[in-house]
Amino acid sequence: MVTGNRYRALNSLPESAFHDGKLLYTFDQLNTHYAWDCGVAIGEYLAKLREGIIIGATCSHCHRTMVPPRLFCEYCFRPIKNFIPLQDTGTILTFSLCYVTWDVQRIEIPEIPAVIAIDGASENHGILHKIGEVDPHAVHIGMRVKAVWKTPEERSGDITDILYFRPE
Amino acid sequence: MYPFLHPFDRPSHYEGLFPVTNRYTFGISGEKFFRALKDDGVILGTHCPNCNKLYVPGISFCNECLLELEDWRVVENVGTVVTFTILNKNLDGSQRLDPEIVAFIQMGDGGFVHRLAEIDPKSVFIGMQVAAVIKEPEERIGSILDIRYFKPI
Amino acid sequence: MGLRKVAVVGAGMTQFVRRAQETPRELVFKAVRAALDSCELSIKDIDAVCLGTAPDTFDGVHMNGEYLSDGAGAFGKPYIRSYVGGGTGVFVPIQGWYHVASGLFDLVLVVAEEKMSSYYPHAQGAFLTIFDHTTERPLKPNLLWIFALEMNRYMSTYGITKEEIAQVSVLHKRNAADHPAALLGDKNITVKDVLDSEVLAWPVQRLDVSPVSDGAVAIILASEHVARRITDKPIWIEGVGWSLDTAYWTNRDLAYPRYVEVAARMAYEMAGIKEPRKEIHIAEPYDPFDYKALHHIEGLQLADRGKAIELYLSGSARRDGNLPICPSGGLLGVGNPIAAAGLMKIAELFWQLRGEADKRQVAGSPQKGIAQAWGDLMQVGTVVIMGK
Repeated sequence: MVTGNRYRALNSLPESAFHDGKLLYTFDQLNTHYAWDCGVAIGEYLAKLREGIIIGATCSHCHRTMVPPRLFCEYCFRPIKNFIPLQDTGTILTFSLCYVTWDVQRIEIPEIPAVIAIDGASENHGILHKIGEVDPHAVHIGMRVKAVWKTPEERSGDITDILYFRPE
Repeated sequence: MYPFLHPFDRPSHYEGLFPVTNRYTFGISGEKFFRALKDDGVILGTHCPNCNKLYVPGISFCNECLLELEDWRVVENVGTVVTFTILNKNLDGSQRLDPEIVAFIQMGDGGFVHRLAEIDPKSVFIGMQVAAVIKEPEERIGSILDIRYFKPI
Repeated sequence: MGLRKVAVVGAGMTQFVRRAQETPRELVFKAVRAALDSCELSIKDIDAVCLGTAPDTFDGVHMNGEYLSDGAGAFGKPYIRSYVGGGTGVFVPIQGWYHVASGLFDLVLVVAEEKMSSYYPHAQGAFLTIFDHTTERPLKPNLLWIFALEMNRYMSTYGITKEEIAQVSVLHKRNAADHPAALLGDKNITVKDVLDSEVLAWPVQRLDVSPVSDGAVAIILASEHVARRITDKPIWIEGVGWSLDTAYWTNRDLAYPRYVEVAARMAYEMAGIKEPRKEIHIAEPYDPFDYKALHHIEGLQLADRGKAIELYLSGSARRDGNLPICPSGGLLGVGNPIAAAGLMKIAELFWQLRGEADKRQVAGSPQKGIAQAWGDLMQVGTVVIMGK
């Protein structure tokens, strides 16, 4: 059985190829401005964030309390009618020390993204946010943290109404 | 447990944008086609011997039989208007001062979507013969706009 | 179950490179040509085409599947395009599989392609959309966060060190030095090289990651009676599985990929495999990051939780070991074009099980292999089991 050439070479380009005037290429920019509907659950979440409160939702069937809140439990596939206020303290489930921004710039002082289990929600149920006011190398899984909020006048109903979480 | 807020008291939507910028290479056949247009002011096509089709712009493989195509030819600068439309509004909805004529101009077994000019919009008809007006060498950058427009022969 | 037997009869791929001049269509064409040539078929023999590629953001092209259909030889044929993140590479052959298994088609071409290099300045930015627009994007996250967060959780839960995890990167990149299409093969890489590399998002360092690349892979699937006419060494698809976890990734324990387990169990049941650790001879888990290979090996039930690293420390994972893992070099060694990488693993198993993997060949006439891919925000698990 004859097997033909199963690998095909490509014209691999170094970045410099785009700057020496010999390659033809073109730029294109898409216009991507969105207005996403919040829906009932995230609308409530944001409205309560403006008041300085984190809310969650409890499924009356499996008794899970989840955050962010949602209108139905995705495991039981039943509607949820109970939103409840949670604490603004929690435990770090995992974290990272990130030295690269989203647009690939290097930074000296790392950002510290983390998944923080919120007190009042079920085990392992948390939100993505950042840790601040701490020595990066002192952060550890299991650390207790508390939200640092913007002042009431500065808050606008956004996840950034919480500036970051800091050690309790 | 508390009742849901009145819809007016919670935000209805969240705005944001995410930037999408692409830097497109023209590809192996695209590089050849646009190089020829930029450097020599000619339009190239490729011929598939299996299907007896002349692809314009030239491409490196036949869409129908997947044969790798190597027969690049200079295409005679004559095309036929297969369909056209007259644009009276700009993209933002404002009225255009002069209507723009956009047409599909067949060349070989392919062709271009491009502008027609040097003609009264009322005189455009399907089947009319047109030719590409190619920009002067110094103005050409290797782009479809190196063809300024098509005009009637 | 009433489904027909399906075999892989041909495979081909392009080189994986950082930046290709070829357009996405040309990438697809090259892979398809390679696959057709490998079993001496023509595009006219193909009944249907299944293609996997990432959505519009990466290429800035609406309806990417339709855009690529020319290069895939889909002219005039039933055609479907799918995408499940990185899981696509193992999902699109499953889609091709049910095209044939159902009895609808006899010969199906399966293609997966990715051109990541056109997103400017770096494809990483396109992944911004993976995060929730309202509750996560305002924090300006980047793709590295997800993996760093998961890696940290995994390491901490089981007490695995960075030195240990680096062994995965070392083995895979060394394996890839024998792969003609590989971008990142390195015969001489050491654990020290990995640990000395630039820290991107601790615990992730540069050599823990497979950077995004351009490339395409294609395979050809055939029903039993057609397969036997085309080749005397058809490789059968014996089990398939695919599964999804909740999108609320911050509400799960990231230390274990339960969605991979669900997909794996579905595939094992279909293949009639009761003891995977004894019956699977080669494993190609998805490895965009080194710890992910370990994570997935556990999800595939090939090791106890937290114990996958022992396969590397004991030498079992090497090509001459008991359970070779990623003999191709995986994503860490060959490259990471999102949709195509998983299909590269399927092609590798195809060649390995036929004894045609040249310098990468696992000895001892392996009979069964498993390929797995993963996608999106810790969500998708796709698994395919192949056998002689």
